Amino acid sequence: MSIRTSQPSLGSEHSPDSPLSIHAMTVAYERRPVLWDIDLDITPGSLVGVIGPNGAGKSTLIKAALDLVPKLSGEVQVFGRPYREQRQHVAYVPQRESVDWDFPVTVLDVVCMGLYHTLGLFRPVNRRIRDRGMQALTQVGLSDFANRQIAQLSGGQQQRTFLARALVQDAALHLMDEPFAGVDAATEQTIVSLLRDLQSRGRTTVVIHHDLQTASEYFDHVLLLNTRVVAFGPTKEVFTPENLEATYGGKLTLLDQASQALAGHAQGVGR
Amino acid sequence: MSTQRDIDWNALLEVLVLANWNTRVVVLGVTALGIAGGVVGTFMLLRRRALLGDALSHATLPGIVLAFLVASALGIGGKSHGILLLGALVSGTLGIFAVHWLTSSGRLSEDSALGVVLSTFFGAGAALLGLAQQESSASAAGLETFIYGKTASMLVRDAILIGATSIATVGCCVVFFKELRLICFDPDFARGHGMRTGGYDFLLMSLVMAVVVVGLQAVGLVLVIAILVIPAAAARFWTNMTGRMLLTSGFIGGLGGWLGTMLSALAPGLPAGAMVVLALGGIFLVSLLLGRRRGLLRRIIRLRRRALLMERDHALRAIWECLEQSGTHDCLGSHIGFRRGWATFRTAKRLQHAGLLVVEAVEGGDERISFTPSGEREAASVVRRHRLWEHYLMRRADFDEQHVDRGADDLEHLLPIDLLEELEKELDADTRAMLPSPHSLHPDGPGGGGS
Repeated sequence: MSIRTSQPSLGSEHSPDSPLSIHAMTVAYERRPVLWDIDLDITPGSLVGVIGPNGAGKSTLIKAALDLVPKLSGEVQVFGRPYREQRQHVAYVPQRESVDWDFPVTVLDVVCMGLYHTLGLFRPVNRRIRDRGMQALTQVGLSDFANRQIAQLSGGQQQRTFLARALVQDAALHLMDEPFAGVDAATEQTIVSLLRDLQSRGRTTVVIHHDLQTASEYFDHVLLLNTRVVAFGPTKEVFTPENLEATYGGKLTLLDQASQALAGHAQGVGR
Repeated sequence: MSTQRDIDWNALLEVLVLANWNTRVVVLGVTALGIAGGVVGTFMLLRRRALLGDALSHATLPGIVLAFLVASALGIGGKSHGILLLGALVSGTLGIFAVHWLTSSGRLSEDSALGVVLSTFFGAGAALLGLAQQESSASAAGLETFIYGKTASMLVRDAILIGATSIATVGCCVVFFKELRLICFDPDFARGHGMRTGGYDFLLMSLVMAVVVVGLQAVGLVLVIAILVIPAAAARFWTNMTGRMLLTSGFIGGLGGWLGTMLSALAPGLPAGAMVVLALGGIFLVSLLLGRRRGLLRRIIRLRRRALLMERDHALRAIWECLEQSGTHDCLGSHIGFRRGWATFRTAKRLQHAGLLVVEAVEGGDERISFTPSGEREAASVVRRHRLWEHYLMRRADFDEQHVDRGADDLEHLLPIDLLEELEKELDADTRAMLPSPHSLHPDGPGGGGS
């Protein structure tokens, strides 16, 4: 489909060994900018918390990086190359609510989906895939639930199923959308130790997080996001009251005003 | 026609053994159609595209009539079956693209777009049909059969077409099983892995289209959606796995097709298309009631079991606590309110039969109740579970003494073993010793069937 005429053009502005490097990325839904001129270079081996108010574009950041939503402009590179060439190195954990948990599949079925791309077309899920799926389930403490239907799981167990589906890929970069949302204390501890384990094995993880209380404890880097990058860096330097105020502050920034005016305009035209 | 007839056993036998060539063709053709509809419909339902299938089938009408008009104008025989089906295919595809175009621009929600396309295409088809009948009423007469279906007119080549289409569509569903399941369950994840979800959606809708087009003549475009939706919806009551749902749904579809055509062959005058849909509706009803996984009966049985379990636990705890307070080995039935309600009395009888209680009649219509050794062990574990939970609620959830008994009651019967272990850890309780009750015990025990 795609005609590849040029090498990644803005290569010089990307840091080539960064697991995730975003340059001048803007994303808009129906003319309303959700992300504006994002520039980021994630440090290899870091554990990054993405923090910001509702509607700040946190999920969109991940989805745009994975080409799940169209970008208005900008470039994303994964380990120095476009994402579509690097898919096997990236594991994505979507929000738990993004799927129908009443779907007729078992826990192990879902986890094995993480390895479908290693199977060819027409090849059914085999023993090797199932064994690796079971290993990942053991890692998240769900091996006893492998053959349960997913509707029979608690919210925390569902989240751990999604994590296992990502772990089974053995990826170098993990992108997780709100893995801590609505989980029990036991699951929260499991996830934290999994994140630490990934980091100790040199993997990079980007986690969208909603709880300011635990952010500085869980992550060594934070990205404060509110349509633009408010601040990004090591937690100790960046996670300051001033920066949080700037991220969550009630004052409308100029950009907010402009985008609201645009949205109002679009509605007026629509009627 | 509606006069009483004696059952003609010969005719019945003739139908059942498919002695009549014509019956044989129809039954086999419609059964194959049902199997294909069930299998393809499973993915259509899981992808939540049932209404799109309905819009598609209605959108075939203008294509059929136009194909007829063009063909008769060119003088190549307007009733040529292949040409009419080709028209249906083209027109149905246009319908789908119309829905896609209306929704993708974000101007219209999907249900509105489906409503608009379905009714507009069908209206256009009906208008064209009127026109065609005026032009050449004799040869256009057969066109109406596409609306309600006319199974009896099925020819061998129609049955062969249906059979071949069934094999092809079912084969596709088997070959692309894991991909189709993934795009139904989590399309975003699939796209993140580089799967062309649009391509698989297109494949799925093509399969639906194939079933609809070959099914037009058998069940008609109004009812053809039934053989796609009903088997899959019914199958969901029987299983929690995609693969089994596919098998079950295919089986139900085939059964409905067979049953419907048989009924129609037995009672001439009943249209086969309608009978197939009614047969499927009947199977759906049975599945709704008796389905092994989500049927109503199973749900009722589960609730009943839970109620019985709670009654049993209450009775055991009442006796145990009565004995604990009095420090004796037996107590009087009247003491713990055994005759107060029918439910408790019945529960005592059950426990006696289960070998947990010994009940001896004494004078004055009362009875003396004591535990068997296994009954005592069982009761101790029930009481212990109740108290663990009470302690936990008081300490962690700030329940007060008066309300904790009730709060513990609601949940303790359902606590799994591993949660109990966690409670023990949380409370640093000895894993075997009995705990004291955190509140004063009622003088006549907490039992008595929820007094």
